[in-house]
Amino acid sequence: MDWLSRNLPYLMAGISVGGQYALIAIGYTMVYGILRLINFAHGDIFMCAGLIMVYASTVLPIYVCIPLVIVATVLIGFLVERVAYKPLRSAPRMSVMISAIGVSYLLQNLALYITGGLAQQYPTIPWISDVITVFGVTTKRVTVITPPLVILLVIGLVFLIKKTKIGMAMRAASKDFETSQLMGIKINSVISFTFIIGSFLAAVGSFLFFSNYTGVTPTVGAMPGLKAFVAAVFGGIGSIPGAVIGAFLIGIVENIIKGLGWTTFSDAFTFALLIIVLIFKPTGLFGEAAADKV
Amino acid sequence: MSRKTETVINVVLIGALLLVLFILEQTLPSTHMIFTVLKKGAIYALVAVSMNLLNGFTGLFSLGQAGFMLVGAYTYGVLTIPVADRANVYMYFNGGLIQFALHPIIAIVLAGVMAGIFAYLIGLPVLRLKSDYLAIATLGFAEIIRAIFQWDKLGPITNGSNLLRSYPSYKSLLFYFIASGVCIALIVMLINSTYGRAFKAIRDDEVAAEAMGINLAHHKQIAFVVSSFFAGVSGALLAMYQTSVQAAMFKSAMTYEILLIVVIGGIGSITGSCISSFLFIILSEWVLRFLDSEMYIGDVRVPLLRSGFRKVVFAVIIMIIVLFFRKGIMGTNEFSVRRIFGRSADKKAKGGSANE
Repeated sequence: MDWLSRNLPYLMAGISVGGQYALIAIGYTMVYGILRLINFAHGDIFMCAGLIMVYASTVLPIYVCIPLVIVATVLIGFLVERVAYKPLRSAPRMSVMISAIGVSYLLQNLALYITGGLAQQYPTIPWISDVITVFGVTTKRVTVITPPLVILLVIGLVFLIKKTKIGMAMRAASKDFETSQLMGIKINSVISFTFIIGSFLAAVGSFLFFSNYTGVTPTVGAMPGLKAFVAAVFGGIGSIPGAVIGAFLIGIVENIIKGLGWTTFSDAFTFALLIIVLIFKPTGLFGEAAADKV
Repeated sequence: MSRKTETVINVVLIGALLLVLFILEQTLPSTHMIFTVLKKGAIYALVAVSMNLLNGFTGLFSLGQAGFMLVGAYTYGVLTIPVADRANVYMYFNGGLIQFALHPIIAIVLAGVMAGIFAYLIGLPVLRLKSDYLAIATLGFAEIIRAIFQWDKLGPITNGSNLLRSYPSYKSLLFYFIASGVCIALIVMLINSTYGRAFKAIRDDEVAAEAMGINLAHHKQIAFVVSSFFAGVSGALLAMYQTSVQAAMFKSAMTYEILLIVVIGGIGSITGSCISSFLFIILSEWVLRFLDSEMYIGDVRVPLLRSGFRKVVFAVIIMIIVLFFRKGIMGTNEFSVRRIFGRSADKKAKGGSANE
């Protein structure tokens, strides 16, 4: 019992952070599934969601801010795709990736300009930021509601992808980009829709994440972004349940490592995991093997 | 134009450049902005060319450059701090573990070697990966390197997350140009050798290259280690130029900047990388500075201008280049004497421009 009460906070923090990574990871995995592009800007879109909340909450009440932030983040994600990725549809993959890095650089610098480089205090969202006690551990309510919320969203998303027309189009596009185009799928709207879903989930993730870590800085999105990507790779890129499991795993292990007093290596672990996965099972946990044709 | 005259013109041009730099150094006050810009430009030119060797010539999309620069910078700093100053620099670690100091030039070479060793070890697992997975894995390793160098337990050697300082540094602009120039010349020689041709073959088609008998793993490893060696050297030069160094500055943003320099110059063009690194540094550190300070025309305050605006404008320019001028300044062409002076002569002889 003593051991449990000592380690439970880390475990709970891990599950909670894992859920937040999961919401970001879905955005990566879906975009990668269709475009074969690591959307380096995704972490920064997540950061933008945090910043918009900070600024919106100074003039508007919270219950107006939340939908506003979601709409604005979705809009940013949509615009990024239209402006920076769409013109490069037929370009080599490397060019698109460079463009993604360029967008990330732009968003970070824009945030630096707007904030003046100072960490901005994230507003307290009532109810989810309340302090509660679980099994003798004091924590914020957000820690507890993150996992069920993530699972609900994922179920909704899986339903969307498996059962609806647009979901079918997305699956077709990720199987074979060109053939799906020939079959009459409007590929641009499918891709836009993918970015919209990804950004929406990133916005939801930002509410949860920043309720725990309240400082919003221009580079705050970079690390969660990379970790979420690793989670997506771990779970098998393109697979949503895989990304979620990977994200929870990374969140939990990272916090256990922190609990052991090895904070320096908590980030290193993530990348070590990535390399191990890529070497031994490059398709990830649930990924489908694709043979390279010569 | 014969090879001989080309060499003569090249030597004359390089001599003239060095002479101009020398005269600049003698006439302008040493605090003048131009020296800062040119020194940093020379250092970035080296690291950009080293990245181009990987990304542009071997087709390995690696994002680990900042990590290897860090290794180089720290190796240089750790090995050259004078023994007398060690107690002061390593104040939290009882003067540190290493109690000797090497000559700066030796330390610069060792900085490269150290980065090369790191690259060799990292390359063993990582180089099996392809394209974007390689990018993420190298980016990850760069972050791991940064974390390890800041680790407390290594403090007696790396000084933890504290500054390394008081190591010797060359103030002369010429030193940076010569050091970086020699390194770039070595890279160019490598690219023009049989190894370089193998690299290009791998870039164009891995499977075909393998079928022609090129050992993929071996050549990729060579390109990776050599590139990291020079990234390490440029890290040492950067440490020297800054006079103090801290692991925290070698973030992935630094790699992104270098990558963008390579892209602006043209992926696969050495001279392009050199030109664009000077342009990049001159624009970002000097010409666009005015965007960062408030300005008044008459009584009206010019809108938007305040700290940080420079970087936004800069990022927008970069995005425009990435989206609309994908070939960059030079594409895959090289700037050479032959192209400029020799075109008419070549036409007579061969009926075409020099191919490079």
